[in-house]
Amino acid sequence: MKEQKTTLEPVIIAKNLDFYYGNIHALKNINLEIYNRHVTAFIGPSGCGKSTLLRTMNRMYNLYPEQRASGMLLLDGENVLESGVDVNVLRAKVGMVFQKPTPFPMSIYENIAFGVRLHERLSKQQMNERVEWALLQAALWEETKDKLNQSGMNLSGGQQQRLCIARAIAVKPKVLLLDEPTSALDPISTMHIEELIAELKTEFTIVIVTHNMQQAARISDYTAYMYMGELIEFGLTDQIFIEPREKQTMDYITGRFG
Amino acid sequence: METAEHPQTNRGRFRWGEPIFFNLTRAAAVLTLLLLAAIILSLVHGSWPAIQKFGGHFLLSGDWNPPKDQFGALIPIYGTLVTSIIALLIAVPVSFGIALFLTELSPPWLRMPLGIAIELLAAIPSIVYGMWGLLYYAPIFSQYAQPILHHTLGQIPIIGALFSGPMMGIGILSASVILAIMIIPFIASVIRDVFAVTPAMLKESAYGLGCTTWEVVWHVVLPYTKVGVIGGIMLGLGRALGETMAVTFLIGNTNFFNGFSLFLPGNSIASALANEFAEAESPLYTAALLELGLILFVITFIVLALSKLLLRHLSR
Repeated sequence: MKEQKTTLEPVIIAKNLDFYYGNIHALKNINLEIYNRHVTAFIGPSGCGKSTLLRTMNRMYNLYPEQRASGMLLLDGENVLESGVDVNVLRAKVGMVFQKPTPFPMSIYENIAFGVRLHERLSKQQMNERVEWALLQAALWEETKDKLNQSGMNLSGGQQQRLCIARAIAVKPKVLLLDEPTSALDPISTMHIEELIAELKTEFTIVIVTHNMQQAARISDYTAYMYMGELIEFGLTDQIFIEPREKQTMDYITGRFG
Repeated sequence: METAEHPQTNRGRFRWGEPIFFNLTRAAAVLTLLLLAAIILSLVHGSWPAIQKFGGHFLLSGDWNPPKDQFGALIPIYGTLVTSIIALLIAVPVSFGIALFLTELSPPWLRMPLGIAIELLAAIPSIVYGMWGLLYYAPIFSQYAQPILHHTLGQIPIIGALFSGPMMGIGILSASVILAIMIIPFIASVIRDVFAVTPAMLKESAYGLGCTTWEVVWHVVLPYTKVGVIGGIMLGLGRALGETMAVTFLIGNTNFFNGFSLFLPGNSIASALANEFAEAESPLYTAALLELGLILFVITFIVLALSKLLLRHLSR
């Protein structure tokens, strides 16, 4: 079905995945594989279900009683949609960053240590190292190392978003879900985040939802095009953007639609 | 060079409207300030004989003896502060729980009716709380709650003394509980409202890290909304300090200090005023009561000022 590279190892596998908002059938029979240490982008017009698919992967929809998913979503071979799954543990494995920066009302240091503390018991020394590591990974260390005790809410928008990425990776997740992470940022900050994503994929599996097709083309290895809750086409990003198999995909990426 | 000329409009009709409106609104604001000043001045003027006679001693003496024209305000001040503080100690955690349940845990269909029911508690007139408290709540309180408190908290050294003595159902603790019930709807609805405006994305970010509901609310929502939460608590405290009728029915209206036990009857400033104003015969008695009113005013003002300072400190 897909172009094979030698080391492709699926981390997440969706099988016959359906999703409902009350009576609205929002995802229809999605079958998809997310590969380890690659960037996968979900593109498609507003309301196509790309964010919904993302929010299924850490069961964020659980917060809302009228939302439910059926089918299978395997993470490391385990179906995370089953009721017995501990969502708090799942969310330690699958981190998430949102459309807008959401620093917590606490210091920069605490913003990162807070999530780590939920899952691990570290000494002061280990925690300091973890915070530094996460900020280095998120390319924020140089700008913040002298003001770790200041509020995270005083940083610029781009810095806040990198703080949110640092916060997510500090927990050492396997997968990082990015839901339009640059939609509230200026072009320079967007560029920083995109560079960061390219760095991070050496350690993490990244799934990004974006409404910006150029962004998907620039940073992703695989792209999934969705429309009206269906997965229309999935493949290597180059193939999707240069020679899509489906006419619908072609129409969307050439701007004739959407 | 050509100067840009404004096109002819009928804006002339605003020429008078604007200043009139400005002055009307300013007059409303100034009038309020004048009234405030007038009230303070009359309180000071009315209580002047007592201030002259007793000076600072009025605040420190617990001797309230109208027949001998001897007045000290310590008992009602103590009662006012203690009942309000205990009411807050009870009401704040309960209100927090209500707000937490209504915003995060409750099934959606229960949210509205429960929220309205809690707000309805605030609509019950305080005299009704007083009568209900005296006739229905006090007997139950003395028969069941006070023995339990006496046998549990009352057995702990030091604080045990607070839960000893006669179990009459009337007294400082009894009044505090009613006060707590009365201020819960205010505090709970303010906390609920500020919790509800916390951005969903911020909460989801915390859930996304693997937080439980409790961790989200305690570590993220509460710090994010602390200014509003403190505002709600202060609103409740302000109401508790000045509450009159319900307290009058339940506090026991005793101007003698018999010990620190919360089971004992006491008095509060507002309750003393309501009970004694009509019977104040001597001019000094009236002056002493007016000075009590002035003190209540000052206490409330201090609470307000402290909360403003606290809020300024927190929002930095």
